[in-house]
Amino acid sequence: MTNPEFDQYPPEDHEGEPTTEVDCGADAVVASLEQAGVEILFGVQGGAIMPVYDALYDSPMRHITMGHEQGAAHAADAYGIVSGEPGVCVATSGPGATNLITGLADANMDSDPLVALTGQVPTGMVGNDAFQETDTIGVTGPVTKTNYFADDSDTVGDVVGEAVELSRRGRPGPTVVDLPKDVTLGETDQRPSEPRLPDTYHPPDRADQETVEAAAEALKRAEKPVILSGGGVIKGEATAELRSFAIEKGIPVITTMPGTGSFPEDHDLALEMAGMHGTGYANMGITHCDYLLGIGTRFDDRLTGAIETFAPEAELAHIDIDPAEISKNIKADYPLLGDAGTVIGQLDGAIAGPLDIDPWREQCRTWKEEYPMDYEWDPDGPLKPQYVVETFDELTDDDTIVTTGVGQHQMWAVQYWTYTEPRTWVSSHGLGTMGYGLPAAIGAKLAAPKQDVVCFDGDGSFLMTGEELAVAVRENLDIVVAILNNAAVGMVRQWQDAFFEGRHSASQYPWIPAFDKLAEAFGAEGFAVEQYDEVAETIEAALAVDGPAVIDFHIDPDENVYPMVPSGGDNGRFALSEAQLEDL
Amino acid sequence: MSQGLQGPGPLERPHPSGRRTAEGQRIDPQEEAEPARRRTILSALVKHEPGVLAKVAGLFSRRQFNIESLSVGPTAYKRHARITLVIEETEPGIEQARKQLTKLIPVISVTELDSDAVDRELALIKVDGEHPDAIAAVAEMYDGQAVDVSETTVTVEITGPEDRIDAAVKTFERFGIREVVRTGTAALAAGPSETAPGHSASIETTTPPSVTGDD
Ligand SMILES: Cc1ncc(C[n+]2csc(CCOP(=O)(O)OP(=O)(O)O)c2C)c(N)n1
Repeated sequence: MTNPEFDQYPPEDHEGEPTTEVDCGADAVVASLEQAGVEILFGVQGGAIMPVYDALYDSPMRHITMGHEQGAAHAADAYGIVSGEPGVCVATSGPGATNLITGLADANMDSDPLVALTGQVPTGMVGNDAFQETDTIGVTGPVTKTNYFADDSDTVGDVVGEAVELSRRGRPGPTVVDLPKDVTLGETDQRPSEPRLPDTYHPPDRADQETVEAAAEALKRAEKPVILSGGGVIKGEATAELRSFAIEKGIPVITTMPGTGSFPEDHDLALEMAGMHGTGYANMGITHCDYLLGIGTRFDDRLTGAIETFAPEAELAHIDIDPAEISKNIKADYPLLGDAGTVIGQLDGAIAGPLDIDPWREQCRTWKEEYPMDYEWDPDGPLKPQYVVETFDELTDDDTIVTTGVGQHQMWAVQYWTYTEPRTWVSSHGLGTMGYGLPAAIGAKLAAPKQDVVCFDGDGSFLMTGEELAVAVRENLDIVVAILNNAAVGMVRQWQDAFFEGRHSASQYPWIPAFDKLAEAFGAEGFAVEQYDEVAETIEAALAVDGPAVIDFHIDPDENVYPMVPSGGDNGRFALSEAQLEDL
Repeated sequence: MSQGLQGPGPLERPHPSGRRTAEGQRIDPQEEAEPARRRTILSALVKHEPGVLAKVAGLFSRRQFNIESLSVGPTAYKRHARITLVIEETEPGIEQARKQLTKLIPVISVTELDSDAVDRELALIKVDGEHPDAIAAVAEMYDGQAVDVSETTVTVEITGPEDRIDAAVKTFERFGIREVVRTGTAALAAGPSETAPGHSASIETTTPPSVTGDD
């Protein structure tokens, strides 16, 4: 089962050179993507988008036909996270476009670069409720950075170029170009010009120097400073600046979930993730700090818990490229509007040498000892998911990419894997989309063919987009799907135990498929594991498979995720166990 | 086996005593005040293209900004339109609304107008026509005029700042109001200052169509 095209991947480096001749609008669309440097598209064919697919037929760009448009959007999204360049997904009008919505909303919440091209009925029929007509512009507006209705064959190429450019510049995000069939079929010889940003869009670069100096002065005065490193550090390619700044000044670093990998978790200064399922030491650090430098974070409620008790005594400096994020949820005492790397550099220039905060660093170290992430396990007892994640981490390289669905397994994957590199954690944060993991693994593998890719999935999440396994088999993608199977939508069950008196309404599965056999039916390799002594050898075997493999780990169905801050709770009062939850 | 991790319980840990308001502002224990709402006018210069109004209206409903009125119309330049919004929000709410509006891609610029801005609204008020002379007298009092008269009704046009229209509508109630329509506030900055910047830049880069509009 090998795909000849894949063996030569990447096929050739066409470095943004358009090769497609332009005779019609669809050619201009394709030439514009080529010119913007797009190499791979993910999509599903259909009536209104057929002209674009026809133009793609002769293009050197690679197209991956996905099982479902949601899969196309998530695959493109993950491709964007891993490569830093927009993933492109393609769908027909009507149901094709509406199937993309979840993926667009996901990318919008997480600021992922993503471009969607949707077919549309011919302009003359728009508004008539024509076959497969949906108001794609109306429906996608609230979940995109912006969207475009292309109404002219002569300019459609430029519109596509602008959509790609806007999606990747400033604060990245998804854009949509809706392509009526008469526009893509319409004759034109207009080659697209170089991709350009809209003239109303001016992402800031350097922060106001006076504010930088004030923020630096306050940081020098601080006794208990921490850095909160968000997804914007990774998206803004500021990981190197963050690391050298934090390490040189000796400031403890907490990460948000999207910021995972921006700072090496095995470093002495790393407190890892804060928030609802963050580590005890990160939540102690963020609650007790007297100065918080947030970088590229939007202070989401799963991070802050109750606003009233979030870093309640901290002066807040906030670096962000999006003015609308500064003081949106938490009032910034020092608003630092600009590019993450540039502004870290400005701050660095305003502070000489390490900060004199030994007692604080010592305090953070003590918290690490007081609130360890050690879980209990018994070699003869049920399999603990944390053990699976840790073992997987030990058996793979540091640059291995982890993707996830949403639920308990996602939290164990972020907690018990030690992330040291940016763009190795690929997950659905803001939207919390079950079903993200498998299509994301496909997109991630295509963006980084040389790196191992593992998808930690829940049984519930896997069943939402499992059809994409057919794609992984067809494209012979070396990915391993590790299903942490608890025969339940476990995160919901955990909340029912905690907040609904254990009433398990619609959260337990009386029957779930044999995932190893399901995988085999798709043409992938399937494994099932129930015992501790099978874990390592099965992981090794799955990694050695040429093509996709699925491991069905039958884990302890009663295992819950801790620490836990109940939603809207006080970060400093995280619960480490069910008993502690009852104390709250 | 016990579920969970080891460590001191939630109430056994040290905890800082500080707090923030629901708006994320650290509380100065000396002065803790309820956030007051303020009525203000935002003026947005936007690209005159399909869907802009939907994007603006969608933004305000989605983010739960309290919007009192919205009016939209062309400007002197074919490619630009102006949207005037009256909102009532807390101080951070006004600032957030301004930023979110600015962030929309077809929006060129947004300004919160000063209190000396020129603001006007137009209302058409249709009342029972039994006392035409009295109606005319009241209309005159508000610098308005009757614009349509039938055997049973009179429709009066009034222009003025919002509070003046409010007062006029109240006064006309005595005649028996049948219907009222109001345009929402339109406003420009006072004096030579530009209401929402962006016009002049595009005048240089685009061929201005024949000037017929308001500015
Ligand atoms: C599309 C979607 N539907 C519903 C939810 C609500 N939800 C959050 S976590 C969860 C349980 C996930 O179950 P599973 O994938 O089996 O993972 P587990 O928690 O058991 O590890 C559900 C239903 C969601 N996040 N996404």
